[in-house]
Parts: sequence; structure tokens; C-alpha cells
Amino acid sequence: MNEIKTDIQPDWSKQVDDDRIRTSMYKDPAIFDAEMEKIFGRTWVWVAHTSEVPDKGSFKTSHVGKQPVIVCRDRKGALHVLLNRCRHRGATVCEHTSGKTSSFQCPYHGWGYALDGSLRAIPYIDGYSEDFDKAEYGLKRLKVDVYNGMIFATFNPEAEPLEDFLGNAKVWIDLFMKQGAGYPVEVIGEHQFSFPGNWKIQLENTTDAYHFPVVHKTFLQSLDAEAADTFAFLEGDGYVEDLGNGHSVMVAMPEMVDLEEDLERPIPKRFEELAEILRETHEEEHVRRIVRAVGGCGFNLNLFPNAACSMAFFRILRPIQADETAIRHLAIGMQGGPKAANQMRLRLHEHFQGPMGFGSPDDAEVWERIQRGTDAGPDLDIMVNRGIGLQKPSENGLDVGDVTAETGMRSAYQMWKRMMSQ
Amino acid sequence: MSETTKTKAGISQAEAIDFVWREADVLDRADYQTWLKMWSKHGLYIIPINPDETDFENTLNITYDDAGMRRMRVDRLSGGFAISAAPAARTVRLLSRFVETDCGPETISLRAAFFLTEDKLGRQIQHTGTIEYDLIREGGALVMSKKVVRLINANGELNAISYLF
Repeated sequence: MNEIKTDIQPDWSKQVDDDRIRTSMYKDPAIFDAEMEKIFGRTWVWVAHTSEVPDKGSFKTSHVGKQPVIVCRDRKGALHVLLNRCRHRGATVCEHTSGKTSSFQCPYHGWGYALDGSLRAIPYIDGYSEDFDKAEYGLKRLKVDVYNGMIFATFNPEAEPLEDFLGNAKVWIDLFMKQGAGYPVEVIGEHQFSFPGNWKIQLENTTDAYHFPVVHKTFLQSLDAEAADTFAFLEGDGYVEDLGNGHSVMVAMPEMVDLEEDLERPIPKRFEELAEILRETHEEEHVRRIVRAVGGCGFNLNLFPNAACSMAFFRILRPIQADETAIRHLAIGMQGGPKAANQMRLRLHEHFQGPMGFGSPDDAEVWERIQRGTDAGPDLDIMVNRGIGLQKPSENGLDVGDVTAETGMRSAYQMWKRMMSQ
Repeated sequence: MSETTKTKAGISQAEAIDFVWREADVLDRADYQTWLKMWSKHGLYIIPINPDETDFENTLNITYDDAGMRRMRVDRLSGGFAISAAPAARTVRLLSRFVETDCGPETISLRAAFFLTEDKLGRQIQHTGTIEYDLIREGGALVMSKKVVRLINANGELNAISYLF
């Protein structure tokens, strides 16, 4: 029988209930394709941090969904996000991950583009008739905006202003950036990995405190008693808050939400040596501020659909296909800050992240297990009901659950449902 | 002791190669307690991310291990609680292309190529790179004072490694 083609859109809303999602959410290539169009093709997507493109002419390659883009600053310092595709026959115009340049040139026929994407040079232009208009063939430009160093882009010219999209998440981004301790926050390196699983498995994980003592047992075992106590947050007063638009925050350590509060608090033992070094060059108050910043924030902020400000690093996910996701963990430091402090941040990042870290490999293992496990029981659902019936409203009128609640996942899936139903 | 006898008591390339082959064998057998003893107390075990990095202390690495971190890493890999390392992959590695890059009275530096295959859950993955060894003689035995493993794809995507390079 021939396949019957219709224009009727599948009803994706049936994939998500208030307390559970269908297993096909991780599996179905048709859902994945629709997500690329309806979510990654329409909303604001994180593409870079401003420190990755610091100067005029700086560029960094990135992605919006599956589509390769170039994030760059033109000669006046203005930011652009350009599709990495020559308008002639489609070759990428940039294969470097980052650097500085004055233009982008296609390697195939030499079409040259300015840093704002406009087409400047065509070899042997006489081969085109007089009505050929170079202005029509610039690199395709996305809408771009920045909030507190985070650069976002969207394919959607009608997208709401970035600040409206971030909404209640903005104050949490501001809190997160206090890790600069008075210095600008700077990306100081990154680990990259991929896992054979759906991107939403990673999205869920960022506000999942529940897994921490189980999956990260060996990380906890490697900490001193004081640090292990800090990370024993399931016993504490933490919470997960829906921030609207699919964003959410999981506060694991409430005493580490505002890094500039209670600076007189005793310095943890593991930071004493650093404090001593800093005291040689800094006033006591700044020493305490830097030391607090080095320890990172006590929360994970999840920004729908692809970014997270996760305690002390940025986590960026990139969907590749229904069962393949690439992830970057960007270490951050204090630009121009004390060397000893940035060194400690690097060492703390290496301790948990990376292919030989004490945390990330175990996360990736369970995410892959989810993808494998959901080959079984396609009729069974993925449960995200933890905390339902126990939540309270926040001052924004949205749900707040205890630290182990799946409130953040429900927030993301309601946003997913809304966007996929449009 | 005169300069001449120091040189005579120095470390030959053959002795150094024998040491790094033994270390490779120890790692393939996951005999991590023996491996810990093959280090000088202040030795550093470094796997950088950037291909040409020399300032490891001020850049992000895959590992930047002093003795304390090495001990914790061995505990993690041996303890049976790390889900990504239980079971660990099985490995076989080959070392070759030895070049002596430096030598002193009781020290020698070697650069070698390595090729490693891991097998886990029916999947085989290859890792390739260059290893730089700084060896010194302590109490009559050779130990490592520095080991820098430069994977050729260290600045790309790398997934969980459940063993040591």
C-alpha cells in the first residue's frame, strides 16, 4: 500500500502529561525533527559567552539546534550570529572553533563575507548578469541579544525580547555571575563529550538533585568531611522552583545562593590555603569574596532549551539526533583575577568534569542507560511526578518543590508542550 | 663522587624504555597500587586539553594530578562504586617511537607514541597520542616525576574513560 501523505500535523501535546511523558519523547526521530523546527527553530538558544568573542574580529563557531553558526564581532564590536553556510553552493565558510579574522571566505569559489555577514567579494563577477544583487546573498543572520554575558540567538524574527523570555531566570543569572567576585566572568576552558541519548535526558538532569548521592558516590567519597557535608544537600532546606518559560532553578545549598552575603562566615578548611595566598595581595573582605566565588554557587539554573548555569560552570547541550547529544562543560574564572584563585577553580572543575572527572562520566553512564532501558516497554511512561501534591507557590505564583522534586522537569515539559503545539 | 661516576650511574635509554613498558603493562592489568608506587612524591600526572599546552597549571586539563589526586583516582577506579567504571573497559596499549628528549645525572626524559584499544560492552574504541615521561632515580629505583599524555583528540569530544592512560 502506498503511504498516504497528509498535511495534518501530529498532535505532539499527547506526548506530555502533567506528571509523565511518553517514552517516544526520547526515541522518535519525527519528534526530534519537529523539536528542531518548533523549539530550536523558534526560541532563544544560547550560543556563546561574551568572553569567547572578546574583541573586534573575534569569532567562535557554535550551533543553534543542528545548524552550525558563527558568533562574531564586527569591526565596530557589534555581535552577529551567522549561519555557517555560503550562500552560493552551501559550503561552510569557517572551520576553526575560534579565533580572529577580518572576513570569512568560502573555500570553494572564494566568495568573501564581511563580519556582519554581508557579501563583499565574488571572484569573476562578470559571470553574473547585471541584475545580480550582492545584497541578497549575505550570510543568513540570526537575531541576537545578550544578557549578563550570555549570548543568545534565534531564527525567529518575531521572538519576544530576550529579557522577557528569560523572565524570572534573570535574577538567578545575576546571582550566578557573582562568581566573578568583582572581576568579569570569563570562560577559561571546556570539556566536550557526547552521549548516545536524547537531549531532554540531559535537560532533566540539571535540576535533578535526587540522583546526586547515588550517581556521584565516588565524588562524595573523595571530598573532605566538610565538603561532603556541603554536598549532602538532600537532607537540607534546598528547593526546586519553576521560573516559567521552561526555566527552573534547583537550589541545593541555600546558604550559597548569594555569594556576597554573610562574608564573615568561617572559610572552609579546603579554601584556607588559598585565602592565605590571597591575603598577601588583597584586603580581607575581598579575600573572602574571592574564596566564596571560587567555591561556586549553590544552585543549578536550567535555561530552556539548551543552557545551564550549573554551580560553577556553564553546561551547553546540542541535540544531534533523537539518540545522540553533544555537551560542553565550560569552566569559568575571574578575568584578571588572582592566579591562585583561577587555578583552584580549574582544579575543582577537573575534579568533577571531563572524561576522567569524578562526576561527569557517571552522569553520562546513567543517561546512556536511560536510552538503552527505554528500548523496553515502549508503552510505559517516564515519570516526572516526584513532589506533586507537596509543592507550594513561589512569590511568582509558580511551583516550588523540595530539593528532590521533579518540578524543574515538569516546567521544561510544559514549555515543550506549549511550543510543540504552536 | 665525581662527575664521571654520576654519569656512569645515570639512566640509560634502555632502562627508561623498560620502565615505561612495565608501567604500560601495570596499567593494562589495572594494578593501580603498583602504579602509585611508580611515582615520585611530587610527581604530576597530566592530560592536557590543548594540543601544544605547556602551562598546565593555568589551563583546563583532563587530569592534573598530584599524589593526593592520584590516590583518590585509584580509589574511585578500584572501589566498585563508580558506575561508569564498574565494569571498567579492558585495555591493551602499545608504546613505541621512543625519543630521548633530555637527560641528567639521575634523570631522563622520553617521548613515546602510544596506541590503546579499549573494549567495553562489546564496543571497541581506540585512543592515540604521545606521552612525555620525566623519570628520576629515587632510592635506586626509577619513578616518574612527570607524565604528560597528549591525546591527539584531547580538544574534541571525549567520553568516559574508565582506566588510566
